[in-house]
Amino acid sequence: MNCKDPFPAASGLIFDEPLIFKRSVPGRVGCSLPEDDMEGFSFDLPDDRYLRQDIHGMPEVCELDMVRHYTRLSQWNYSVDLGMYPLGSCTMKYNPKVNEELSNIPGFSQCHPHSPIHLSQGSLKLMFELADYLKEISGLSAVSLQPAAGAQGELAGMLMIRAWHLNNNDEQRVNVLIPDSAHGTNPASCVLAGLKAVEIKSGSDGRLDPEVIKPWLNDSLAGIMMTNPNTLGIFETHADTISDMIHQAGGLVYMDGANLNALMGIVKPGDLGVDVQHINLHKTFSTPHGGGGPGSGPVAVSDKLAPFLPIPIIEKDDSRYFLQWDRPLSIGRLHGFFGNFAVMVRAYAYIRTLGPEGIKKIAQTSILNANYIQEQLRDAFHLPYPDVCKHECVLNDQLQSQYGITTMDIAKRLMDYGFHPPTVYFPLIVQGAIMIEPTESESRRNMDQFINALLHIAREAKENPEIVKSAPHLPKMKRLDETLAARNLTLRWTEDEQGDT
Amino acid sequence: MHYIPLTEEECRQMLKVIGVSSIDDLLKDIPAKKRLKQALNLPEAMSEQTLTRYMQALAQNNVTHESLPCFMGAGAYRHFVPAAVRSMSARSEFVTAYTPYQPEISQGSLQAMFEYQTMMTQLTGLPVSNASMYDGAMAAAEAALLAVRSSRNNVIAVSKTLNPAYRTVLETYTANAGVSLLELPLADNGQTDLSPLADTDPKSLAGIMIQSPNMLGVIEDVESTKSSIINPKTLLIVVVTEALSLAALKPPGECGADVVCGEAQSLGLPVNYGGPYLGFFAVKDNLVRKMPGRVVGMTVDSDGKCGFVNTLSTREQHIRRDKATSNICTNQALCAITSAMYMTCMGRKGLREVALLNMKKSACLKAGIQKIKGFSIPFEGPVFNEFTITYSGDTESLQKHLAEKGIIGGYDLRCTYPELGNAMVVCATETNTLDEINQFVSALAEWAGEVS
Repeated sequence: MNCKDPFPAASGLIFDEPLIFKRSVPGRVGCSLPEDDMEGFSFDLPDDRYLRQDIHGMPEVCELDMVRHYTRLSQWNYSVDLGMYPLGSCTMKYNPKVNEELSNIPGFSQCHPHSPIHLSQGSLKLMFELADYLKEISGLSAVSLQPAAGAQGELAGMLMIRAWHLNNNDEQRVNVLIPDSAHGTNPASCVLAGLKAVEIKSGSDGRLDPEVIKPWLNDSLAGIMMTNPNTLGIFETHADTISDMIHQAGGLVYMDGANLNALMGIVKPGDLGVDVQHINLHKTFSTPHGGGGPGSGPVAVSDKLAPFLPIPIIEKDDSRYFLQWDRPLSIGRLHGFFGNFAVMVRAYAYIRTLGPEGIKKIAQTSILNANYIQEQLRDAFHLPYPDVCKHECVLNDQLQSQYGITTMDIAKRLMDYGFHPPTVYFPLIVQGAIMIEPTESESRRNMDQFINALLHIAREAKENPEIVKSAPHLPKMKRLDETLAARNLTLRWTEDEQGDT
Repeated sequence: MHYIPLTEEECRQMLKVIGVSSIDDLLKDIPAKKRLKQALNLPEAMSEQTLTRYMQALAQNNVTHESLPCFMGAGAYRHFVPAAVRSMSARSEFVTAYTPYQPEISQGSLQAMFEYQTMMTQLTGLPVSNASMYDGAMAAAEAALLAVRSSRNNVIAVSKTLNPAYRTVLETYTANAGVSLLELPLADNGQTDLSPLADTDPKSLAGIMIQSPNMLGVIEDVESTKSSIINPKTLLIVVVTEALSLAALKPPGECGADVVCGEAQSLGLPVNYGGPYLGFFAVKDNLVRKMPGRVVGMTVDSDGKCGFVNTLSTREQHIRRDKATSNICTNQALCAITSAMYMTCMGRKGLREVALLNMKKSACLKAGIQKIKGFSIPFEGPVFNEFTITYSGDTESLQKHLAEKGIIGGYDLRCTYPELGNAMVVCATETNTLDEINQFVSALAEWAGEVS
């Protein structure tokens, strides 16, 4: 271990800040309204049946109050720009600043989505080319950028699978095989598409064993949803065999692309027999997560599913790019316009910055980093699947539980060392899972500090368990009572509300 | 590659720690025959300077509403956003955080979201708001699914005046959910014709969905729609695609709506060629546990201090999996926080004033167009910032004329509302100066003069 650096976390000056409504002073105004250039023009307001006179409760603050309020709030957040954020399956990589700037170029941000085609060729070209890049990376033949997030990409995929079977008069094909390690969105999306989620067990090595799917290979089979690498950070080595079996039984193969960061330039999902996959631009392609969104979840498909893609799709003729609406087999639309365009601008810029070698290097480095961390935690923590991993590794609290220390305690204690905790208690098949995805963005020094923090915590668990159980100590807030929040629901502020924050 | 910090030497040392000699040794579980032998066929890498120039040139192939007078609305609205809103919403502490799964170090996003939820309840007149949906169209679709869940009925009566893109999304989302959609046609006054409800079994009706102001710009009569509901289980869903209108118009929640949902892009987000936008979703108290999407609640920490957490997650997919109320996971959190910043900046007074200014600008445009021979205003009812115009003559020639004059006109309604003949819905906001309005009116008059 080569880490003489102190840990990054420190205590410092943090401001308290009330709810914005408590800063209100009646009559105070924080904005400058456009001049009225129509003095003298009078018109009839709608009558009282339609009109409102006041927006009771809305803040009344000055601009500086507003700026201080949000600046103080922002300082209570952990973020990628502050420190290492190793959430497994979330791919919290660096979000390049130039991409933020480029997405704000007025030509992109101030272009109306109903603009005539000849006035929006820039947007259309960008979307057309981004779709092309995603086709190349996924090894699939057509792409829709419309889904606004991964789960909507999943829904698009499952709706296409459903539509394909219905088009073949195979209405009874409703079973979708979903491994027990899958994200919760998989079964939820499946059901929303009118299909049935069938949970299948992962093998003892964390991989899907072709044997377990055999009983389901019949004319009720709609397909399979696989995450690859799966949520244990393990490559599904039998993916192509399983694809062949599914295809022979008349089903289709969906790949959850949440973990695509590990595969880019190394293997193409299309070469593994995948018929449809979604791609998270907000994971693999560096667009920021925004505290939960917006994301973007394009969906890529093989030839056979291409006619079912959402409308419109972007096409090109000799002179221009245009929107193609005439696609009779399409599942329809998922978005009021074309998807989260400004997120696409960032992803496009990222791919153009990296080029083919850069993209591959990203994937390789993400794998190197995860294995580096896994290797050095091997003795202090239990590794349920000790083999080589891909972009993330999974540990648990088995060795610490003898001292009464849980995964949640370890996670909270990491905050005191200056790190965001990894994903915890997921995947569900590992008891007390701790899932670490460092991404390619972290330097060796950051990873060494993170490893060292976890080793410290493993020692503390033995020698001073109380300090771990009562963590976190440094953040603004101590552990929050989530049960109370769900029992005494308070989802908004009202003037008679008693709580003082 | 400057996004990867490791030097070659560091890579070598790290491989040594792992106990392998090359990165390829870490890829052995990927069948060799499937591993790519050649590089991806992608454009070569660009430096930051080259990329910036390239992207700026690409953006110049778009025309913005700042460079040409634009009267387009129909689901995406041009509004002025104060610099303070852009500046605060660009703070990387908000931008580069993940979903607040660890509330102790995510209180900034959580409190801002709680404030957003509160403001949406103030605007809509309903007591509960979730923390956002993808966009207005998806929010409307989820509202229909909520009505089906809560009523255990399967018919959703949908107004013909619902934005047609929303209608298509609704069809896509409900296609496999055993839902049947009943169309409520357009009445002569531009509002929804509720008469088909008389022939519908009230016991089968899960919900009635109207939009106000509707696709044609007309404000719907929410109270009368409510009074047409016979079955207490039937939900009244009011979709609002222009959320700023809520600052001037009576909140649908006070007129009997059970769900008020739609698009809040107009509260601080640029038009962005269609996204990211902000689906909002507000409900009555009795629907809170059936509502889709994340929601932030207040609680205390172990020292008794007030704080915020994501709550009611037992409805959600990561716990409930195939029994979840929705598959939504990632939402539009930063857009919601941005809109809270916008509402904070505009405030109680400013929001209402800017909304009234929108009414004034559109009234001014309407007065101008009304005078042109050959153009007419088919619906008399009150409007917010959009209204429908009809005209005689060839649409292609009109569009060509506007293009020559450098004006982006309204949204062509011929495909979706053929019963109106030649029609478009035009939108004037506070961003349109009187001069632009005059230019647009003159251009229309000139064309009408030419064709007549």
